[in-house]
Amino acid sequence: MQGKLILKDGSKFTGESFGYERSTAGEVVFSTGMVGYPESLTDPSYIGQILILTYPLIGNYGVPDKKYWESAGLKILGLIVSSYIDTPSHHNSQGKLAAWLKKEKVPALEIKDTRYLVQKIREQGAMLGKIVFGKDISFYDPNKENLLLKSSPEKIKYEGVGKKTVLIVDCGGKRNITRNFLQKNVKVITVPWDYDPFIHPPAGGKFDALVISNGPGDPKFAGETIKIAKKSLANKIPTFGVCLGHQILALAAGGDTYKLKFGHRGQNQPCVLADSPRCYLTTQNHGFAVGEIPPGFQTWFANANDGTNEGIIHTKYPFMSVQFHPEVTPGPMDTEWVFDYFLERI
Amino acid sequence: MRKVLILGSGALKIGEAGEFDYSGSQAIKAFKEEGIKTVLVNPNIATFQTSEFLADEIYFLPVNPDFVEKVIAKEKPDAISISFGGQTALNCGMELYRRGILKKYGIRVLGTPIESVILSEDRQAFADHLKKIGIPVPISRATTSLKESLTIAKEIGYPVMVRAGYALGGQKSGIARNEKELERIAADALSFSRQVLIEKYLHHYKEIEYEIVRDAADNCVAICNMENMDPLGIHTGESIVVAPSQTLTNYEYHSLRKVAIDIVRSLKVVGECNVQFALNPRQSEYYVIEMNARLSRSSALASKATGYPLAYVAAKLAFGRNLMNIKNQVTKVTQSFFEPALDYLVVKIPRWDLEKFQGVEEKIGSSMKSVGEVMAIGRTFEEAIQKAVRMLDIGVQGVTDNSMLAGAGGDLSVHYIKTPTPKRLFAIAEGLKKGMSVKKIYNVTGIDPWYLYRLKNIVNAEKSIVRANLNSSLLLRLKQLGFSDKRIGELTGNPEFIIRNLRIKNKIVPSIFQIDTLAGEVPAKTNYLYTTYNGNHHDVKPLGKRAVIVLGSGTYRIGSSVEFDWSCVNSAISLRKYRRLSIIINCNPETVSTDYDISDRLYFEELSLEKVLDIYEFENPEGVIVAVGGQTPNNLALPLDRQNVNILGTTTIDIDRAEDRNKFSRLLDSLQIPQPSWKAFTNIKEAGQFAAAVGYPVLIRPSYVLSGRAMTVCYNREELKRYINAAVVINKNHPVTISKFIAEAKEIEFDAVAQKGDIKVYAISEHIEHAGVHSGDASIVYPPQKVYILTEKRIIKIAEKLAEALHITGPFNIQFLAKENDVYVIEINLRASRTLPFISKATGVNFAQLFIDCLYRPVKAINLEYPDYSLVKVPQFSFARLNGADPIMRVEMASTGEVACLGNYFEGAFLKAIYATGIKINKKSALLSIGGIVNKKKFLESARLLTLMNYQLYATGRTCQFLRENGIDACFVYKEYEKKNPTVTKLISDKIVSLVINLSEIEEGEGRSFTKQLTDGYAIRRAATDNNIPLFTDLNKAVFFIHALNEYQIKELKVRSWKEYLND
Repeated sequence: MQGKLILKDGSKFTGESFGYERSTAGEVVFSTGMVGYPESLTDPSYIGQILILTYPLIGNYGVPDKKYWESAGLKILGLIVSSYIDTPSHHNSQGKLAAWLKKEKVPALEIKDTRYLVQKIREQGAMLGKIVFGKDISFYDPNKENLLLKSSPEKIKYEGVGKKTVLIVDCGGKRNITRNFLQKNVKVITVPWDYDPFIHPPAGGKFDALVISNGPGDPKFAGETIKIAKKSLANKIPTFGVCLGHQILALAAGGDTYKLKFGHRGQNQPCVLADSPRCYLTTQNHGFAVGEIPPGFQTWFANANDGTNEGIIHTKYPFMSVQFHPEVTPGPMDTEWVFDYFLERI
Repeated sequence: MRKVLILGSGALKIGEAGEFDYSGSQAIKAFKEEGIKTVLVNPNIATFQTSEFLADEIYFLPVNPDFVEKVIAKEKPDAISISFGGQTALNCGMELYRRGILKKYGIRVLGTPIESVILSEDRQAFADHLKKIGIPVPISRATTSLKESLTIAKEIGYPVMVRAGYALGGQKSGIARNEKELERIAADALSFSRQVLIEKYLHHYKEIEYEIVRDAADNCVAICNMENMDPLGIHTGESIVVAPSQTLTNYEYHSLRKVAIDIVRSLKVVGECNVQFALNPRQSEYYVIEMNARLSRSSALASKATGYPLAYVAAKLAFGRNLMNIKNQVTKVTQSFFEPALDYLVVKIPRWDLEKFQGVEEKIGSSMKSVGEVMAIGRTFEEAIQKAVRMLDIGVQGVTDNSMLAGAGGDLSVHYIKTPTPKRLFAIAEGLKKGMSVKKIYNVTGIDPWYLYRLKNIVNAEKSIVRANLNSSLLLRLKQLGFSDKRIGELTGNPEFIIRNLRIKNKIVPSIFQIDTLAGEVPAKTNYLYTTYNGNHHDVKPLGKRAVIVLGSGTYRIGSSVEFDWSCVNSAISLRKYRRLSIIINCNPETVSTDYDISDRLYFEELSLEKVLDIYEFENPEGVIVAVGGQTPNNLALPLDRQNVNILGTTTIDIDRAEDRNKFSRLLDSLQIPQPSWKAFTNIKEAGQFAAAVGYPVLIRPSYVLSGRAMTVCYNREELKRYINAAVVINKNHPVTISKFIAEAKEIEFDAVAQKGDIKVYAISEHIEHAGVHSGDASIVYPPQKVYILTEKRIIKIAEKLAEALHITGPFNIQFLAKENDVYVIEINLRASRTLPFISKATGVNFAQLFIDCLYRPVKAINLEYPDYSLVKVPQFSFARLNGADPIMRVEMASTGEVACLGNYFEGAFLKAIYATGIKINKKSALLSIGGIVNKKKFLESARLLTLMNYQLYATGRTCQFLRENGIDACFVYKEYEKKNPTVTKLISDKIVSLVINLSEIEEGEGRSFTKQLTDGYAIRRAATDNNIPLFTDLNKAVFFIHALNEYQIKELKVRSWKEYLND
């Protein structure tokens, strides 16, 4: 069966369907990573988005077991690839991508010229779009609503054992952030985006540090989380932010954020460590960025290509955050040390 | 730092080819930008890096410590760069370090510390190092003795992998399944290298490579990863390679990337480094196989696959720059610290030429045999691999084209699936066609099912043609899967152009996409393009009439190599002078012509009629140059012309008049120019009658040949009959041509550039060997040493007549035969010849650039005076890598490369050139085995010279007798069949001799080797080759060599730069 991708500017692209046949609307974004589609598709930051993968062959190694995913299931709204590969080959594969998409009711199209779509988005900025089967539906702008309501967990979760405890305010965080702390023998308490641990200390009470995870959408919708972050800073609790968490920390500390033209999505974003000759390759997935660095903070990392802010660090206290994803999956494992750097300062 | 010495890689050989011209050229440019004086040592005169406008000083000298030390003493450089000239440069650099020469002259090694290089090259030390930093390596141990290898293998358990230390391209390595096999392989390896490594054999593991760059500030990036389609056990140079990897998960991709970076960091590599992994396909487990702390064939491929200028960046890093301070040469807006994101994939396939070597083993494995490679770009694997297969220029139209398997019956195609050979890919497609399951093929081959399913997809698509009507959507689908118009035509019973017209009518034309390193994320100013049917727009606009297309030479192969790339590049860059934009089409990742800064536009594409027309119709340029890329583009001249393509230079009608044997012969007759009498035949009887009439020996060949394929000399009726029977089977559509073979004649090369029939510059050079050795295998000297003035005058006159008659505008080459003062024309090529760079270097006049001048303005004739120096070119053979091949020079070309050296006298230049092919004579001891009384007499003087030089001579039967009769002392050795000690081969394998002269009796050589009899001569030649002992099989060459050896010691040989010779 064929479906259509319709963009806000009126352009239409027909493609062969290989997912669930259901019309859907959201924001169209692209990612340039060449590996890691199971990780990307389960990344809650993609909530509300139709994802174009620029690598032309997708499905090659099938779908791995749940434990390798970044959340409980598919998070993208829709998927666009150039060629879908229905004959996966890998010892870890438990099934085909198409079956997974169908099972979780995610539409997907093969549109040969994904490069053209990328160029369009590159020039005109991230765009609203919809995948349509049969009857047309209206556009939907995910940036106009609080996506955290969809991405954040409902319950508190306790994991791991260790001398130190980290409390993650989960705005739609990737599973690998938690995995990273657990591997480093840190106890992890995960709370929803609007759960204020200063008012309602979670069972077991004490935590040594606060982490604000990544998540979808505009940070300014995360008012509750910003409040929590403010308290954390005021109480001088070591605080760490990733991606959306970075933006939230900046807002909480008095800085400001803005929407990028088409965001950074991929696994090859170079970030320079401030005042050093060192550069790191990072995974990124964000449409908003920190514009104004909050008082008391300084630039920690900056993008080597466009100079945008990639991290801030407080001059005195252990408050720090990064725009990129140190937990990667998918992507290069160059900045995992950032977690250690933070943990050493708890 | 003020001056840097750069070491090149010398001649092209199996395992070390054109990629080092690319890397060296980039390095020189990068250093020059930094304001450093550059000095280059490289005897490969056909390379672009030895151009007059690149390095400040160029020495055409052997890349070995003896000669390089002389250059160091003279030039006094501050630094040396050893990582851009392959294993040759690296080995030379390590030896200079070991001998204390670098220290003595206070020379710094640029880039990776030499200690790290040495560590990485010593297999055991490297394995120990990795173990120390917790990185798994296959269980392995190094040893220097055969006995110990057997003990080690017992411990590890068979099968084991055997590798020679310090060897190029996996030379002399193999898989041993038992003691007997191990003994053979290890002994072989130890004859080449002082160290052999025995390791655990990782059955059907995936082979994955990473290309890493690191700067002095410890910044690292992985530019590219690559997956070998063939599993471990087949050398990466022999494998079909895909970039990026297709079957790796994020975890595998990034874990291996991290390990590669960890290794690079641990060794403080500065610049470029390649790390190879074995990855278990059944569970998450890997081993590090090897690393190369230098630019390599893989890095050249990675560079072309991603658009990231690896060699250029590596040079900048070696100079001390930070990755972030090197401008991205592709996007021109960002910097060099990033990892390319591809929105396409590339497939590399090696090109073998095994049928050119008599007796060679067809099986491929852990050591290299291929002589070239192609790279294809597509947006589906099917598209890319089908393109790549056509790019090989072996006459197949796609993976389902089974013509390579002709003659192989049902069982044989199973054999070809099981046994890795150049035919395997086609055998697999054939197997799939016949219903063999993916699982079964996987079990036999170890090729990941992912690839097999893609091949099956092609096979299934092909089946669908037969069933369905060729409508627009099916046609588009076939094009998206990489089918050529010609193939679709073959399958539907249509000529190629019916399909093309149908396609264009339905608006099915390829999209033109950029390689921009960032998957379209950022607008890029790149000129690097490919075509795909998996797209719907063009990234670029046509250049129009201000552009000129220059067709490249395609894959390197026996007979067409870097010399044509030199011509292509020089032509392309000269177009700028006339405000023309150059568009290069080529598909060979080893070339300079496919570099980002050579042309205004590069199409990394097939050199096929279909693709050239597609590009021509899109770009709408002024015209196409077919004359500088060798025979591949030359063959396209006529078909392109028929499609109204404007061919620049000599017209296609005239090209055809020169290429078509009959037409050319008639032309010669009408101009009263002598040619050896010849005739074309389709039946044996007439052929025999003709041969008898003109008298044996006769030269036989099929029509339209390149580099003497299937060409041979027959000395009697019996051989003639046998040959024709074989040749007609090979090529039944073409008649067999027989010509009188003029024995003991001189062969003379005439190279020129003409404008509208007027010769503007010419140069004559002379073969050292007598006629009968293919011109590509011959040693050639400029200026001629022993050509009569009258002969020369006649040659010039004939050339002038032909240039006029063929209205030549462009480069051309005529091969002459001269005996006494009789001059015959053998053939003419109205295109740049193999000798063009040689002649250009010898005379200081760039013939390729002059060709472009001839296209755009009236050119004044240049009269070259003979210089008072000589440039001598000698061939480089790679027989050592070709198990079983008879290492002899014949009318068929067998050499893989060439070197040339300058000298004040012929002998000195010749000797340097011989040394430049890598031979070492470390002992005054020679074996002589000389067939025929004529040869014996002619060699006598040289044998005497050897004894005067205190050489201990060993000789077989009659040779020994003859020497003794003539008062020359020689030790007697038995031939193989006599089965008595000492035998010749034992003498050779024990390395008692360090020079072997084996001259075949003319009457026996050709005929016998043709039937592949294991002659004594063959046993001697093969033993010399297998034991890396210098071997001479041509009388003239041997005589000249011994004379030169007598005149000069290495110590006395002077080193002067090219400029010094030219300007003196």
